[in-house]
Amino acid sequence: MNREEIIARLKPIIKVYVDDKSSLDHLDESTDFIKDLKINSANLVDIVLDVEEEFAIEIDNTAMEKMLSVGASIAVIEQKLADK
Amino acid sequence: MDNRVVITGLGVVAPNGIDLKTFTHAIQHGVSGIKYDQQLTQLGFSCQISGTPELSDELISRYLTPLELKNFNSTGILYGVIAGMDAWHDAGLSGPTGNEPDWDSGTIFGTGTSGIDKFRESIYKIDEQQIRKLGSTVVAQTMASGVSAYLGGKLGLGNQVTTNSSACITGTESILMAYERIKSGQATRMLAGSTSDSGPYIWAGFDALKVCTYKNNDAPEKASRPMSKSASGFVPSSGAGALVLESLDSARSRGVRIYAEVLGGNINSGGQLGTGSMTAPNNTAVQRCIKAALLNAGIEGKDIDAINGHLTATAKDAVEIQNWSAALGLEGTDFPFINSLKSTIGHCLTAAGSIECVASVLQLDHGFIFPNINCEDLNPEITGIIDRKRIPLKFLQKDLKVVAKASFGFGDVNACIIFKKYRNE
Repeated sequence: MNREEIIARLKPIIKVYVDDKSSLDHLDESTDFIKDLKINSANLVDIVLDVEEEFAIEIDNTAMEKMLSVGASIAVIEQKLADK
Repeated sequence: MDNRVVITGLGVVAPNGIDLKTFTHAIQHGVSGIKYDQQLTQLGFSCQISGTPELSDELISRYLTPLELKNFNSTGILYGVIAGMDAWHDAGLSGPTGNEPDWDSGTIFGTGTSGIDKFRESIYKIDEQQIRKLGSTVVAQTMASGVSAYLGGKLGLGNQVTTNSSACITGTESILMAYERIKSGQATRMLAGSTSDSGPYIWAGFDALKVCTYKNNDAPEKASRPMSKSASGFVPSSGAGALVLESLDSARSRGVRIYAEVLGGNINSGGQLGTGSMTAPNNTAVQRCIKAALLNAGIEGKDIDAINGHLTATAKDAVEIQNWSAALGLEGTDFPFINSLKSTIGHCLTAAGSIECVASVLQLDHGFIFPNINCEDLNPEITGIIDRKRIPLKFLQKDLKVVAKASFGFGDVNACIIFKKYRNE
């Protein structure tokens, strides 16, 4: 799975937690969940759960803490997929 | 000087009506919201009927966002949010428009438990060591103050935002607490109300206590029989009621409709002494509560046109009538009209007080007394105290000035509130 494919599957997950949907138009690897998308920090744990389900992976606490942006999330997903 | 306090908005989610218009029609026509409950039967309940508000997904989506509905499993919060937002809009108020909280508006919105289904779901996950799969909203849905927290956010409230809990007086108590806050000038507007979760996990304890009727499973609409000889326990139900209380000055300056004035009331407890216990009222305390409410409102027993009783349809109904009669010093044909909403909606537990207060205020506003159903066979102990004509079995159109509402609850707690028709004076 390349990074574009991961983004494509990540976008609908993230969309649920974003109030202003137009902020998703410019989604790229540098997009920060809280700063750019104004996602409530409490929802970051929900995003992780949704990502686990979508990619059939398990994300530990340490990896979870890193998932604050699209790029960081992709890195975690790639790593966990490789570990499978 | 104390503020006068009036009611400018109403909202309701009841088993027989999930909006003000349907509810008004239902109570005027004695429409029952009690139905057979398959789930209770499957779980082996003695009482297999309930009063559960029916809400469509489309309706729910008008009050909660798709994100809020994700992993949402709290009927009590749902009912409270709908009734509360409806009352707010009914009062001509809107949600937040900028970033400034409405410092003068708050809420006291009570409940007994919060999100009991969410709690159950979570307990299973915890026991399976799946703590991390709980998601982010378990706390908000299961904390007792969940309902006031949801409402506070939706309405941008900047004054006190809290939840009270006092068994079956919760709703009446919330209105009296909100009244006090406005009267003393600490708030200009308060959304007062209460809610109660639906379902077996909230009702089972009452079924086990044998206080719910199990004799009428085949005739749901006939099952809730307050004041009748054949009363055999209450029908468990749920919902929410909400009232916007506001200082008279504020209501006048906004130029909005005034449903009624809150004249006063009283809250007390019998200390579980004398006839009182965890589950039974101390009659001295009940009478004292009613008398103190009259005094607080500056009226006498004879000024009351109608009483909306607690009257749950147990053997205690006659005791309640005796307490009212003794407290007001009135009996026979001198006794005010009296009715019980529980005949059509069952006992909404922590939501009962607020839903029944909404009904009481509607009676004052429209000028009617809603009919009692299922008490054609009046309890002779009751007709030995008050004349049977004081218990209307049919819709009665009547210009009312003062309505008294009381609620009594586990823990030997009592609340009595006095509403008066507001005339521009």
